Amino acid sequence: MTTAVAEAQDAHDEHHGPDKGIRRWLFTTNHKDIGTLYLVFSLIMFFIGGAMALVIRTELMQPGLQFVHPEFFNSMTTMHALIMVFGAVMPAFVGLANWMIPMMIGAPDMALPRMNNWSFWILPVAFGILLSTLFMEGGAPAAGWTMYPPLVLQTGDAFPFLIFSVHLMGISSIMGAINIIVTILNMRAPDMWLLKMPIFVWCWLITAYLLIAVMPVLAGAVTMLLTDQFFGTSFFLAAGGGDPVMFQHIFWFFGHPEVYIMILPAFGVVSEIIPTFSRKPLFGHDSMVYAASSIAFLSFIVWAHHMFTVGMPLSGQMFFMFATMLIAVPTGVKVFNWVATMWRGSMTFETPMLFALAFVFLFTIGGFSGLMLAIAPADIQYHDTYFVVAHFHYVLVPGSIFAVMAGAYYWLPKWTGHMYNESLGKLHFWLSTIFVNVTFFPMHFLGLAGMPRRIPDYSTQFADFNMIASIGALGFGFSQLIFVWVLLTAKKGAKATDRVWEAPKGLEWTVPSPAPYHTFDTPPKARIAQEAFE
Amino acid sequence: MSDSTNNRPGNDNRSLTRKLLLLAAAMFGFGYLLVPLYDVFCEITGFGGRTNSVAEISREDPDFSRSIRVEFVTTVNEYAPWEFVADRDSMEVTPGKMYYATFTARNLTEDKKVAQAVPSVAPISASGHFKKIECFCFTNQEFQANEERAMPLQFIVDPDLPEFVDTITLQYTFYDTVRVSANDGS
Repeated sequence: MTTAVAEAQDAHDEHHGPDKGIRRWLFTTNHKDIGTLYLVFSLIMFFIGGAMALVIRTELMQPGLQFVHPEFFNSMTTMHALIMVFGAVMPAFVGLANWMIPMMIGAPDMALPRMNNWSFWILPVAFGILLSTLFMEGGAPAAGWTMYPPLVLQTGDAFPFLIFSVHLMGISSIMGAINIIVTILNMRAPDMWLLKMPIFVWCWLITAYLLIAVMPVLAGAVTMLLTDQFFGTSFFLAAGGGDPVMFQHIFWFFGHPEVYIMILPAFGVVSEIIPTFSRKPLFGHDSMVYAASSIAFLSFIVWAHHMFTVGMPLSGQMFFMFATMLIAVPTGVKVFNWVATMWRGSMTFETPMLFALAFVFLFTIGGFSGLMLAIAPADIQYHDTYFVVAHFHYVLVPGSIFAVMAGAYYWLPKWTGHMYNESLGKLHFWLSTIFVNVTFFPMHFLGLAGMPRRIPDYSTQFADFNMIASIGALGFGFSQLIFVWVLLTAKKGAKATDRVWEAPKGLEWTVPSPAPYHTFDTPPKARIAQEAFE
Repeated sequence: MSDSTNNRPGNDNRSLTRKLLLLAAAMFGFGYLLVPLYDVFCEITGFGGRTNSVAEISREDPDFSRSIRVEFVTTVNEYAPWEFVADRDSMEVTPGKMYYATFTARNLTEDKKVAQAVPSVAPISASGHFKKIECFCFTNQEFQANEERAMPLQFIVDPDLPEFVDTITLQYTFYDTVRVSANDGS
């Protein structure tokens, strides 16, 4: 209780700044510090996961086995996915949420600042554990990020570490999600009623509910794997009356909402950026909210489209096929609204806008290939081929990752107080966009021709497209170093104004650049909150 | 967790946090609830080719107008030290009549072993209509060292079997009930 008193006193001391040195980062409860930690962590993970992707692409550059053992190749595909999903994409969006949500809704900080510190600092531990499995007897997990039994039960010493690290990632995400919901629902500026909230905040609110709903289910599924392996249960062991297919059901009950967890915040970021650089308000703000909510709802009833090939009754295939196709409707509303926002706007093409435009176009390609995969009879042909790899990389790389990049460029001047190097930003954009297509577009053809995923070798007929994809991957990987350079030199540019861009909407542009350590100690005046938004 | 002065009136962080934590805990429970739900779902739909319950004996008249081919497939699970075969590959059956088949298994080790056979019926639309009256798969099968034994199966194909099915495949996988984990196996 004494700490509560101390904290109350601190709250009145408006000028207290951050601690010095490492203590600032270890013990911080400041949403901006924690946002920075999340973003830096996710960037590091992006490069670690990216290095693994380059191992995969180097091995696949030519047919035959050249550089790595097949077991290690399998570890690379597994670890690349786990790190990119849980270590790069998700923390990046949580980082953006931490930085921006309090500033967008006029709150002084997140609602549960100490829990916020925990939810971040669990992550390096979780990924430390996961990465340490690379050096263990039996190698790192190699059964795919989906961890299907019985294969995953053959993992060596790494198995319990894999499960425990997934538990920790889950705990971190759930705590982060609870914090975001409480902040949004309890701490909005006085007359920012729900439908007045910026679309990024809305998308995150929905995402946070998805996280709370499905991360515990994943935790349950991996706990069942753990008890099957060590404590004599038979959830997934046929000999004991269990069923390995049941794991796939439970996993994808988590897994499908998970893909929207990775894309809804991206929708939010892009919906903030396009209006700014079109100099028009977002077209159909409320319909965006309803579309995101429908997508979230539908995500719970489509999971079995990931597993059409396990054999299911025709009625089941029909249900999951049509329910999946239904998702194209709200997604179509979103794409329509983005295009309508740009319609007759006076557009300019700064780096964030370029990334956002590429997002709209390339994400839609990924959406369409998803629609193709939703067709149950066709999916039996596409299942576990490079077509699937092409599909989910199109929605994740020029989808989620491009949205993170767009958001980073968009808000960077607000964070640092200086304009980043625009020509380097544009170079980063063009190289990324060209190479991402060189990498992933040929994979559609490989998949349609029947090249299976997760195999280190392939038939010689696939050699040309694989060579192209590998060159693209190396190009994409090294182009990301430009982004690091932009970040390192972020403070060298011209001073940014408070509004940074010509006519951005939202409360975050009413505070100085760089944003002071504490913002909105008192809630913004209702009128200002209104004007900033309208 | 003390509420900030910026909170909207009447909104309490503590109680909302508690509700959300409760929701997370409930969803963890829901993950486990999916296990019995899945079993019920499989019983009803025959999903996964599941047929592992004792059928009540059908009193219906045999339908002599149809002849169904029943094929037997046997598989020994990876690493399990067994020989396991059906005594015949297939048989022609009349729906509504009782039939017998035998399967033979042999323990290839010098130790006492316990096995469990797990059945699966394809196509799925037939799985609810393939009724096992007596099956060695209903219980664990104990084998002495090197013992070889024939095991019985007694079944009826339900005359309500959908028209389009003319072949039913019954597949048994033979598992060693002593767990084979990677650490022992490799």
